[in-house]
Amino acid sequence: MRTVSDITALYTGPQVHRDVYTSPDIYRLEMEHLFANAWVFVGHESQTSKKGDYFTTQIGDQPVIQVRHSDGEIYVLFNRCPHKGTKIAIDRDGNTGKFFRCPYHAWSFKTNGCLLAIPLKKGYEETGFSESESAKGMTPVGAVKNYRGFVFARLASDGIDFDEFFGDSLSSIDNMVDRSPAGRLEIAGPPLRYMHKCNWKMLVENQTDTCHPMVAHESSAGTAVKIWKEMGNPEPRPPAMEIIAPFMSPYEFFEKMGIRTWPNGHGHTGVHHSIHSDYSAVPGYFEALCEAHGEERAREILDENRHNTVYFPNIMIKGPIQQLRNFIPLGPNKTLVESYIYRLVGAPDQLLSRTAMYNRMINAPTSMVGHDDLEMYERAQEGLMSNGMEWVNIQRLRTGEEDFSEETVENGTTERQMRNQFDAWVKFMTVSMEEA
Amino acid sequence: MAVSKEQVIDFLYEEARMLDEGRYDEWLALWLEDGHYWMPLDYKQTDPHLVTSLLYEDMFMLRLRVERLNGARTFSQKPKSRCHHVIQRPFIDEMTDNRVVTNTSMHYVETRLDEQFLLALTAVHELAVVDGVLRIANKRVDILNCDAAFGNIQLLP
Repeated sequence: MRTVSDITALYTGPQVHRDVYTSPDIYRLEMEHLFANAWVFVGHESQTSKKGDYFTTQIGDQPVIQVRHSDGEIYVLFNRCPHKGTKIAIDRDGNTGKFFRCPYHAWSFKTNGCLLAIPLKKGYEETGFSESESAKGMTPVGAVKNYRGFVFARLASDGIDFDEFFGDSLSSIDNMVDRSPAGRLEIAGPPLRYMHKCNWKMLVENQTDTCHPMVAHESSAGTAVKIWKEMGNPEPRPPAMEIIAPFMSPYEFFEKMGIRTWPNGHGHTGVHHSIHSDYSAVPGYFEALCEAHGEERAREILDENRHNTVYFPNIMIKGPIQQLRNFIPLGPNKTLVESYIYRLVGAPDQLLSRTAMYNRMINAPTSMVGHDDLEMYERAQEGLMSNGMEWVNIQRLRTGEEDFSEETVENGTTERQMRNQFDAWVKFMTVSMEEA
Repeated sequence: MAVSKEQVIDFLYEEARMLDEGRYDEWLALWLEDGHYWMPLDYKQTDPHLVTSLLYEDMFMLRLRVERLNGARTFSQKPKSRCHHVIQRPFIDEMTDNRVVTNTSMHYVETRLDEQFLLALTAVHELAVVDGVLRIANKRVDILNCDAAFGNIQLLP
């Protein structure tokens, strides 16, 4: 049994204990507390655009269904029959019509979860069934918020509200959506699904780790630059040069790009510029955006080139690329990464084509860049079992006590965002734990 | 000069052998310069551009992939992976004097350290006959369980 002080002791500021990555006990507590108390990404509204459309996923280790109810609202329900526990939906998406029907005993439910009918219902007369938990139907999660098309849920019925949890970090979602001349995004096809034998937090930390690209990705990005030079620097550059080569940018580039942190574990790289800043213009896009927003506002939107925005606990978005990566924990040493892309409604197809290219070049199980990342995570997961040292060092550019309740912008190679995540980790792990 | 069915089948078997034996320079030389290697992400996917694929690689990317495999700092290939194809006799779906389309079922095994995995695949080759020699114009590889979550797939089926 771990107490609040046990959890607090795992993160000291400059260091974090290896148990947070390796311990099955800690993992169980994360599922019970952290993933219940935080606002966790579920899906995009365009995955359930019509009434009766549903989509199955997980919040932490909890199977849930995102579904569009007959009133047009999106509900998030636990994916189990209140009778015997059978999962109501097991396909990844579909349309259930006006109601869900359990395939085991045909209990049926409205798309907001309410019990609709049970065959041979008289068998429950005078049994007190109507007072039971099961009579309520499928259980909804504690709270749901659809923010500009992105659906988040909090499993716990009480807790921090959405706006307080995310605060000004929502500006990254805003920028991604504002890039659409129509002001909305649409899901574009199924996500890449990439299995990692490592803890989910390693992936989240890596999103703002700016000291690894030129090292771990030298084999892909460095080789791309070398081949291009051997070819005599042909223009226009091959797409791989535009997408992969910026990973080889020098330390100074990453130092100057800056890192911003927000309270509750959110933060982003690429405050001033980023690896996405120098993409070639797509004909017709700027004009479409100007028509929608006016030229001044269009420039303001496109001048933001945020690299990776981490929404604590477990997603990352790339505004300029319209990509979202969901780091779904499956165990202390197992994580499923789903990488989604979105269409900017009203923008030329060529932009979506580049987005799809980025997704497969960088984040596919077949990606040369992904291969070296996964290699590093899995080596770390194995290396952490070593008893030679119990702590992981995250003190780059930490010169004293830090106040994570304030928004800050710092040198782009700081590990402050990782510390910010652990500060939030302790907060949301312990908020519902009893004292010793 | 037209090629025979037997030459087409030998060509496909030889390609698989090059990949298994890591003879990548010879393998790259089979390709036409504007060819694409496509591995869809979705079952029966029709569009390589506006939805994600596992691979949709031009010759620059294929060259990069091959050169990276032998790089001094290619950490995910220390130690190296190995692969093995077992291919069924190809169907020849189209055959004219200068264009051949084939459909080949195969089992592809890739291994590294203690890990080994098996993929069931269908490869569709679009071959061109250039100066009497077969070349790969395009290649599409569909994985039977393309919608499953995979770990690293590092070599080329």
